[in-house]
Amino acid sequence: MINNLNILFPEIFLSLSIFTILMLGVFIKKSFNIIFNLTLLIIVATVMIILSNPDNEVKIFLNSFTRDAFSNYFKILILISSFFVLNSSKNFILDNKLDKFEYPIIVLMSILGMFFMVSSNDLILFYLGLELQSLSLYILATIDRDNLRSTESGIKYFVLSALSSGLLLYGCSLLYGFTGSTNFDLIADKLTKENTGAVFAMVFILVGLAFKVSAVPFHMWTPDVYEGAPTSITSYFAVVPKVAGLALLIKFMFIPFSNILLEWQTIIIFISIGSMILGAVAAMVQKNFKRLLAYSSIGHIGYALAGVATGVVSGYQSAIIYISIYVIMNIGAFSCLYLIKKDGQYKESISDLSGISKKHPILAISLLIILFSLAGIPPLGGFFAKFYVFVSVLEQEMYTLAIIGLLTTVMSAFYYLKIIKTIYFDDSAITFDLTKNKKAQFSIFASCIFLVTFFLYPSIFNNMVTALFVS
Amino acid sequence: MIEIGLGHYLSLGAIIFFLGVIGIFLNRKNIIVILMSIELILLAVNINLISFSIFSGDIVGQIFTMLILTVAAAEAAIGLAIIVVYYRNRGSIRVEDIHGMKG
Repeated sequence: MINNLNILFPEIFLSLSIFTILMLGVFIKKSFNIIFNLTLLIIVATVMIILSNPDNEVKIFLNSFTRDAFSNYFKILILISSFFVLNSSKNFILDNKLDKFEYPIIVLMSILGMFFMVSSNDLILFYLGLELQSLSLYILATIDRDNLRSTESGIKYFVLSALSSGLLLYGCSLLYGFTGSTNFDLIADKLTKENTGAVFAMVFILVGLAFKVSAVPFHMWTPDVYEGAPTSITSYFAVVPKVAGLALLIKFMFIPFSNILLEWQTIIIFISIGSMILGAVAAMVQKNFKRLLAYSSIGHIGYALAGVATGVVSGYQSAIIYISIYVIMNIGAFSCLYLIKKDGQYKESISDLSGISKKHPILAISLLIILFSLAGIPPLGGFFAKFYVFVSVLEQEMYTLAIIGLLTTVMSAFYYLKIIKTIYFDDSAITFDLTKNKKAQFSIFASCIFLVTFFLYPSIFNNMVTALFVS
Repeated sequence: MIEIGLGHYLSLGAIIFFLGVIGIFLNRKNIIVILMSIELILLAVNINLISFSIFSGDIVGQIFTMLILTVAAAEAAIGLAIIVVYYRNRGSIRVEDIHGMKG
């Protein structure tokens, strides 16, 4: 029993800390700063706890909760990315009067939900974790409650996300009915091609998961929510829930659906191709930088799903490497938005970026590195991410997927290069305030250094990722 | 008399589920109706789970139902709160009026 608690310790620690700082926030006046710093401390402490625990595979609570290298890797990725997102967005939060003490607490709650998602080995626990995450994200999207656009994005996100949760839940109920169990391992034994009802259920579950990572037929909410929500929330949306969603997709494919790989593969290939094409085409006409990043994130999820679609361990590994590098690039890209400020207003239109290379050469070169990396130009990190995915796709002889992927990469390079042209060759439209935002600058610096020096040691992720699928 | 079997319950669940989905897409008037449709979907899932649970003699489905009921209540509370906040800003909760951003 005590042993079980040790295995669950990161989650227990996180939930107790949430209760504690919630109380602190209620009883201390003007508590935003304290709570915010405590939140960052809690995130670091949780990383330490996870690292200090061994990561051999253990299943507890009637096999409903797994602690293994896979879940630990994703937990650490989730924690580190939320740390950078929160840390770099602090000045933005203060400037836009979003400094309510609930903000960091709700972020922590969504992290707790994602922890249960990536660790779940049971439909019930998986659903509860997913809902804890989604309910927190609804509130986060609406956090700027006196702003029409923020509340509108909240409504859109709520309606579509609740619908997708409903579809996913319907799939879960059918899966339970046709396999007779909610445990992933037992489902995997019962789930075969002959079990038509369960294959039908799989489609519903896939719809729900595709919505969470905003893959193509279910991407409608992404641009509106990204544009409407405050930038600090958008950067969180673009990074952290995607990681958890992709982890779940891989987990579902690896454990419960491992016997019906062919059925599942066809759908993933379709979703992946759709996302890559839409991400490349729709982003070309965007004028808002956040909206552009929304379409670019749809495209990137398409590439990660191409890795998942291979259906072999090396493919999943390439998808995990892809999402890890994607997280780093997006943290950098959104941190740049925190520095673009005029008369106290944060700008998010692409035309506002014109000619910043003359006044802000360092910001311009950082954006250049990050955008080149997003476009996948060697020798930056984004190139290696795409390289690993395409290698594993080609190893499985899925040539159509690889060709479409390469074509869309070229197409998407067009709009990234268009922004770079705006930055370097257009006449400057407005002069920005000289903002001192050490925290955002640190995130941009860290992300750029990582992307530029990645080619020196490109197997850094491979070593970590190969340990995830030993079982 | 017809014997009411698992198939009947599942059909009922499927009908309610699709009524809920159709309600979300066809409704152009009021967001509250969308909220009700979401509840319908969750209730259809509950009917499914309970009937599977009874007919297979496995209690887990009923436990799952309890948890879904709880989550549905939380979801409705948050949904209504978001709608109230939106109404304060916009002065209307008609679905047609929610088009501040294109798309």
